[in-house]
Amino acid sequence: MPKVKIPTPLRQYTGGDKEVEVGGATAGEALGNLATEHPDLKQHLYTGDGKLRSFVNVYKGDEDIRYLDGPDTEVGDGDELSIIPSIAGGRC
Amino acid sequence: MQTRQPLVDSPNGEVQLSNDEIARYSRHLIMPEVALDGQKQLKAAKVLTVGTGGLGSPLALYLAAAGVGTLGIVDFDVVDESNLQRQILHGTSDVGRPKVESARDRINDINPNVNVVVHEEALTSENALEIFADYDVIVDGTDNFPTRYLVNDACVLLGKPNVYGSIFRFEGQASVFYAEEGPCYRCLYPEPPPPGLVPSCAEGGVLGILPGAIGTIQATETVKLILGIGEPLIGRLLLYDALGMSFREMKLRKDPNCPICGENPTVTELIDYQEFCGIPQAAAAEQQNGVPEITVQDLKSKLDNGEEINVLDVREPHEYEVANIGVKLIPLGELPQRLAELDQSENFAIHCKTGGRSAKAVKLLQDAGFQNVYNVKGGITAWSEEIDPSIPKY
Repeated sequence: MPKVKIPTPLRQYTGGDKEVEVGGATAGEALGNLATEHPDLKQHLYTGDGKLRSFVNVYKGDEDIRYLDGPDTEVGDGDELSIIPSIAGGRC
Repeated sequence: MQTRQPLVDSPNGEVQLSNDEIARYSRHLIMPEVALDGQKQLKAAKVLTVGTGGLGSPLALYLAAAGVGTLGIVDFDVVDESNLQRQILHGTSDVGRPKVESARDRINDINPNVNVVVHEEALTSENALEIFADYDVIVDGTDNFPTRYLVNDACVLLGKPNVYGSIFRFEGQASVFYAEEGPCYRCLYPEPPPPGLVPSCAEGGVLGILPGAIGTIQATETVKLILGIGEPLIGRLLLYDALGMSFREMKLRKDPNCPICGENPTVTELIDYQEFCGIPQAAAAEQQNGVPEITVQDLKSKLDNGEEINVLDVREPHEYEVANIGVKLIPLGELPQRLAELDQSENFAIHCKTGGRSAKAVKLLQDAGFQNVYNVKGGITAWSEEIDPSIPKY
């Protein structure tokens, strides 16, 4: 099963877990399963009509899935998916 | 020693170092990667730091110490007590002063050879191009999405590198967005998140040392770009996790469809970034779907007059421990499961730290059928400021 790395701003929706193992043969399936297991995550990952939000970047290893096969990017055992959110802090 | 074209040409005879400067920069001068020529490049360099807060502090301190000749600083804020946990440019005696003033004094104390150029104003679409035009490198130490897109776009339009850093709680990101050679911020994040979805540092907190790590990386990248040494973070996003104490690196690609640095750009001038980030739209929606509010003064007089009103605190227990006004606590996250503890027929005034979470709680109770629920405007912060100063403000 692939692992999904959860960034700090979203960990409150995974019960504090920084890494979650989920089923799925593609990146899209894995994220869908992640959102099903952690329903509060859903609105942060998907738009109302079920599309992955454009400010949420998903990487397989160190590659953006936008430049692989998008949500159809194949994932397998030991693959690492990372959610990279926009964060704006700095001057604060 | 150079691995790439330096941003600042070797100034040869135009810039000289005094004997005092030679003594000061000794540890640079004995390194072949910097040496006398490199130190002169640093002296000739003009760097703009946007923001003199968490990231801007270590940045400005190190760039000044390293001998960057001209350091521009943009900020419109004044130093607040709550800044001192991480904004090491400013000291306790600076509280209440404009940040640019305390920054200038501190920079000049570290290195009087630095020419500090103060821009005491908010960066806007009207002034950004003019301010940026004089500088070789722009370093982004801002704290909000509209300004980040503004900094990016102005840098792309002017062909200047944008040394990026961003922080949240225990996590940081750094990169160099330089459209001349690689991707820009919009290639990574084409659209901003809707307002309110991503918490700010003021809401989510930040480890005080975290900006030190990220700001120092930004300062390092700035110096490398000026000197043309090493491998810059162009096309790479560095992710830092302070809790796991780990660094990871992601590949960034230039998006051929990027609206500003792609093949057919649609953004050819600076736009309204508040609008782009949905700020006015969100404010209007909030006003329309606004929840009934009560001021702390009104709440106080109702309580003093013995009116039947229950005050409910929806912050987290660790915040309650810092400051509370002795009322019932149900954290917002637990509220849906604990509605049975509240009597629908009674009146409620709900507060949090400043009013954001309590507005959500009011909405939640209204949706559950409660009739008389009010949001305490300004939260416990307003209570501390206007009613009872013995309650600590955090």
